[in-house]
Amino acid sequence: MPNILELQNLKKYYATQKAVDDISFSIEQGSIFGLLGPNGAGKTTLLRMITGIFYPDSGSIRFDGKAFDPLNDIGKIGYMPEERGLYKKMKIGEQALYLARLKGLSRADAMEKIKYWFKKLEMESWWGKKMEDLSKGMSQKLQFVTTVLHEPKLIILDEPFSGLDPLNANLIKDEIYGLAQRGSTIIFSTHRMEQVEEICDHIVLVNMGKKILDGSVHNVKQQFKENTFSLKLHELPASVQGPSFDVMDQKANALVVKIKDGYKSNDILKHFIQQDITIEGFSEILPSLNEIFIRQVQGTHATSRAFQKVQ
Amino acid sequence: MNKILLIIQREYVSRVRNRAFILTTLLTPLFFALLIGGATFFSLQGRTKHKIAVIDANGFFKGNLKSNSELVFEFPNDVDTGNFIQKGYTDILLIPKYEENQKTQYIIRSQKSLGLSLSSSLERKINSAIEDKKLQDNGISRAQLDSIHAQAQMGELKTQQQGEHGVKESSEGLASAIGYGCGILIYITMLIYGMMVLRGVMEEKTNRIAEVVISSVKPFQLMMGKIIGIGAVGITQFLLWIILIFTLTTAAQSFISHDTLEQVKTLQQNGGMMPGGGAMQASESAQKLYDFQHTMSTANWPLIIGCFIFYFIGGYLFYAALFAAVGSVVEDVQGSQSLTLPVTMPIILSFFIMTSAIQAPDSQLAVWSSIIPFSSPIVMLARIAFGVPGTVPYWQLGASMVSLVLGFMFTTWLAGKIYRTGILLYGKKISWKEMMKWAFRRN
Repeated sequence: MPNILELQNLKKYYATQKAVDDISFSIEQGSIFGLLGPNGAGKTTLLRMITGIFYPDSGSIRFDGKAFDPLNDIGKIGYMPEERGLYKKMKIGEQALYLARLKGLSRADAMEKIKYWFKKLEMESWWGKKMEDLSKGMSQKLQFVTTVLHEPKLIILDEPFSGLDPLNANLIKDEIYGLAQRGSTIIFSTHRMEQVEEICDHIVLVNMGKKILDGSVHNVKQQFKENTFSLKLHELPASVQGPSFDVMDQKANALVVKIKDGYKSNDILKHFIQQDITIEGFSEILPSLNEIFIRQVQGTHATSRAFQKVQ
Repeated sequence: MNKILLIIQREYVSRVRNRAFILTTLLTPLFFALLIGGATFFSLQGRTKHKIAVIDANGFFKGNLKSNSELVFEFPNDVDTGNFIQKGYTDILLIPKYEENQKTQYIIRSQKSLGLSLSSSLERKINSAIEDKKLQDNGISRAQLDSIHAQAQMGELKTQQQGEHGVKESSEGLASAIGYGCGILIYITMLIYGMMVLRGVMEEKTNRIAEVVISSVKPFQLMMGKIIGIGAVGITQFLLWIILIFTLTTAAQSFISHDTLEQVKTLQQNGGMMPGGGAMQASESAQKLYDFQHTMSTANWPLIIGCFIFYFIGGYLFYAALFAAVGSVVEDVQGSQSLTLPVTMPIILSFFIMTSAIQAPDSQLAVWSSIIPFSSPIVMLARIAFGVPGTVPYWQLGASMVSLVLGFMFTTWLAGKIYRTGILLYGKKISWKEMMKWAFRRN
């Protein structure tokens, strides 16, 4: 698959902060991409450059194989910012129609698509209601619909599940998968690591304006694994020690072991099999993205990112 | 371009459909009619009759001090400052012995104050009584004097203006009224619609819809769409008012009797005189109606309305951009106040300049402030009513219009740069100094 988006040495400095400091990565078409980072890491600035709201100070953006041209490409992007916004006094249907037409759809096209989505997400009865009448979750759904309505090639969702109950969150999640299958690329920005783990193919972690991690979810986990395994034995031998591993934790028959350098996982198994001990379970413990995130970000003072003079 | 039209349409439709818009459009002319009617009614009601007891040490005032509907003079013998109220008088006037070539003081003591206009009219009456006495001393009889006074009142001052294409009748009173009316109207609407822009921009910012829309259109398009959309609302409101006033006056005319209208027509055909050398007299109401219509016809209405629309649009665009800039950097109404002041101050100031420009439309202050775009929308309209090219030469009108157009292009450019940065910035207090920094930085 070709890349839908390629960022090259992107920089954006504010008066007191290097919001985005030399970030490069690319996103494959049709993938679900996770953009992670603590608060104030520069995610929003990065997304605003990708949506053409900000111009980068330096660096280049290639969109769909060509240099990014905000004026024309904006119609192929759907952006749902973290802070949701819709007109309070405007009727839901008119609101959706207005936003769709701003993206360049004709009136008839927009109507057709709104009807399709409203039907799909069971929102048909909302048409004549005003924003004020909707709950937070409902307006979230509406915001999602207005973001994807024009079938953009690139969909950017900033915390799309905040405020949604599990049922509606699943509904939206299914739609996100569906959109990706139909060829849309999705950038997914969040702090909720379990969602990223579940949904995303590829992640980038930014902190203090710099990229600190880049790779597929699988590779990242492999990269940060500590060669620990969980082991469940039918009965305990006289000594659980072995030459190939250290025992990290023991709860009755369940052990957590770490392989010593130069050994393989099979060496552990051999050790117990030779003693004729029945192994009931054996699996590698991979770090969760949450652990990786915390490990990577901690100690960088990201939680209290200080303002500094930018030269 | 298509997108900006969509934004204009949304801004326009959502406001025109609003109940508040419909109500203010219908009620404002009614409110003004009531205000004018009420003011006239109360000024008539407020006139109380003053029954004045005159204590005259000379004796000649009795024949020469003329009573009228508001001031009634009586010359009783048994009244003094102690008992005039008991005797049924509201005031007492003490006239000391008149001395040749000496300033004399007359004292009026009242229960209720006479007010400025009545006391000056009383002073005139006293002085003319003395004048009459002097004339009588020189052998002019009372009858002759009355005849002279009556003859002397026949004069009427008609003002005319010397133009390039001949003489044109003019009316200073009407010109001031139009100037004042237009000035106030533009002053009020500029503030109202300016604040509407400010609130609209602020709403988009605090609702966070701005970021959604800006990912579809350029910030400048969003700002201009709002400004133009609200301006169109203003123009719609004016047009509706004009139509309303026209229908109301037409409806009012249907209450005037057929005879009166016929007489007005005859008056119009004969230049304000009844034919037949006064044998046929026009009724009082017909004469008044004719006078009114005649006075109204001295104003150059197409020019005034045309200029009004131009200066409304120009002035609105000039200030609306600044209001939009302020709206883009604040998040609540309270925070906006200190930033709005530099924008509203020139508007309020030009209102005061306008009131002085009506007194002296040719003064240096009036001329220059009607050319500078900060004040020209309000001040120039006040001056235009006095005549173009008489009071306002063409070059001044041209300079004023060109500078206003350049002015709003500048403020729009300035506001666009501030808006672009401000609309997406949250949680920071911005000063005008900072806004100017955004406006004048290079990229």
